[in-house]
Amino acid sequence: MAVSDHDVVLGLEVHAQLLTRSKIFCGCSTAFGAEPNAHVCPVCLGLPGVLPSLNRRVVEMAVRTGLALGCSVRPRSVWARKNYFYPDLPKGYQISQYELPICEGGGLDITVGGAEKRVRLTRIHMEEDAGKNVHGLAADGSSGVDLNRAGVPLLEIVSEPDLRSVDEAVEYLKELRRLLVWLGVNDGNLEEGSFRCDANVSVKPRGAEKLGQRCEIKNMNSFRFLRQAVDYEVRRQVEIVEAGGRVEQETRLFDPDRGETRAMRSKEDAHDYRYFPEPDLPPVRVEEAFVEEQRRALPELPQARERRYVRELSLPAADAALLTAERQVADYFEEVLARHGRTPEAAKRAANWMNGEVARLANESGLAPPSWKLRPEGLAELLGLVAAGTVGGPGAKQALEEAFRTGAAPAAVVQEKGLAQVSDQGAIEAAVDAVLARSPGEVERYRAGNKKLMGFFVGQVMKEMKGKGNPAVVNALLQKRLEG
Amino acid sequence: MLSLEEVRRIAALARLELSPAEETLFAGQLSAILDYVKQLEALDVSGVEPMTHALAAGDAPPLRADEVRPGLPADRALAAAPARAGTSFQVPRIIE
Repeated sequence: MAVSDHDVVLGLEVHAQLLTRSKIFCGCSTAFGAEPNAHVCPVCLGLPGVLPSLNRRVVEMAVRTGLALGCSVRPRSVWARKNYFYPDLPKGYQISQYELPICEGGGLDITVGGAEKRVRLTRIHMEEDAGKNVHGLAADGSSGVDLNRAGVPLLEIVSEPDLRSVDEAVEYLKELRRLLVWLGVNDGNLEEGSFRCDANVSVKPRGAEKLGQRCEIKNMNSFRFLRQAVDYEVRRQVEIVEAGGRVEQETRLFDPDRGETRAMRSKEDAHDYRYFPEPDLPPVRVEEAFVEEQRRALPELPQARERRYVRELSLPAADAALLTAERQVADYFEEVLARHGRTPEAAKRAANWMNGEVARLANESGLAPPSWKLRPEGLAELLGLVAAGTVGGPGAKQALEEAFRTGAAPAAVVQEKGLAQVSDQGAIEAAVDAVLARSPGEVERYRAGNKKLMGFFVGQVMKEMKGKGNPAVVNALLQKRLEG
Repeated sequence: MLSLEEVRRIAALARLELSPAEETLFAGQLSAILDYVKQLEALDVSGVEPMTHALAAGDAPPLRADEVRPGLPADRALAAAPARAGTSFQVPRIIE
């Protein structure tokens, strides 16, 4: 038996930091990157005699996320204390939700290898983040504790063990990340840890009903590490099972330097968190009207937008996926469509330029769409010139670059720089004749059957016309002269 | 009556070091508290919603607006720390 004789069973827990201005239970800033302990107060330091006070925005974002994922929202959910000791947890407990989380059920559709599948969700709950330990702070190896992150709001999104391969797990994470960023509740940054993932991994003989014992894997801060960690863990578990052993339920850390997972030493007591209802916070009440308000505030979701682009605009799936990877890009594209038109031809033209030249320039500049100097009306103007044949591919590219850099109107750039395409019969004829007159040898060889020389003639004519000749007209005239 | 083993486990979870005499003492005290609360089991509460907070339902205070308010300067935040390094709390090496 080998890995291929086993089913892999995966469930994911995602911790997503919410994009609030202040922390979940106090008014401290959530800004990333400040000096250690610049954003702390008696509440998030866990000093005695303080009371937490719930940030309304956290509840809004939790409900909005739950609705976008098809969850049911509990009218009454309860805070719980999760007790454990760690230096980054000043109170000795984390305020979380346990038995009665704010959202339950729901699911997320993913597509892997052309097959669509629904991954069910167990629950979504709200909680506070812990602080950050900085290891090896001093020569004696002591650690530093920075509590700026303590009390930053998190959503924990827990899937059912519905994933059957690491490809499905990666796709699920990418899809979830796209949705959260789209909703404006999370910044999707794996490296900085604002979007974190733990995986529950188990294996069972192919087709078996009963799930194997699972291990929880932590510390994977990229899609690549998730792949490595899960692949390693699956091999490890299969080896244990095949040797007649039993997989122990435990928490394991991924070590990116070695590409391995290993058991965490300090977690023997980890599964006894002694949860109990948080006495300092009343249950969260969510009225029906509040839920409806959040539902109305939902934008068109990324999967819906992507499918609509394929269905209504006849765009290829790959184009639609690129355009909807980020909401700001998709919204920009919408504005271009509103001006340039929604016929399949116009949409395809807009998509090609968005995913091609515009994407390239945007990458180079490192700017997000709201900061682009080229506004949607400018791009639409350029696309109009292309559609009308006023400007050819090379000229349009040049005009686009200039417009993207300076914000100038593309039509004005085309005018000023003389980028307009020449379709005038007479001008092109003159260039064609000049080229043929000085290339008698090539003309002879072409007429003798070397048709590949057409490329040479087109190139020469274009050069003669400084790249502005309309390629269709140039081709037609050359054909006529050479064949006629 | 709580066993000494249970008392030791609870003490370990709470990071408390108890002498044998204390283990016996607290086994008795903890058991007495549990027995006292256990009297509630005589009541039929099947129709009562579990109470998780002293506030009555609907009495919840309004939620806080998402606004940043100044906290403590790092120096005051760190004032009671046994050791500090820069503006970080300094703690013994964390092995993981």
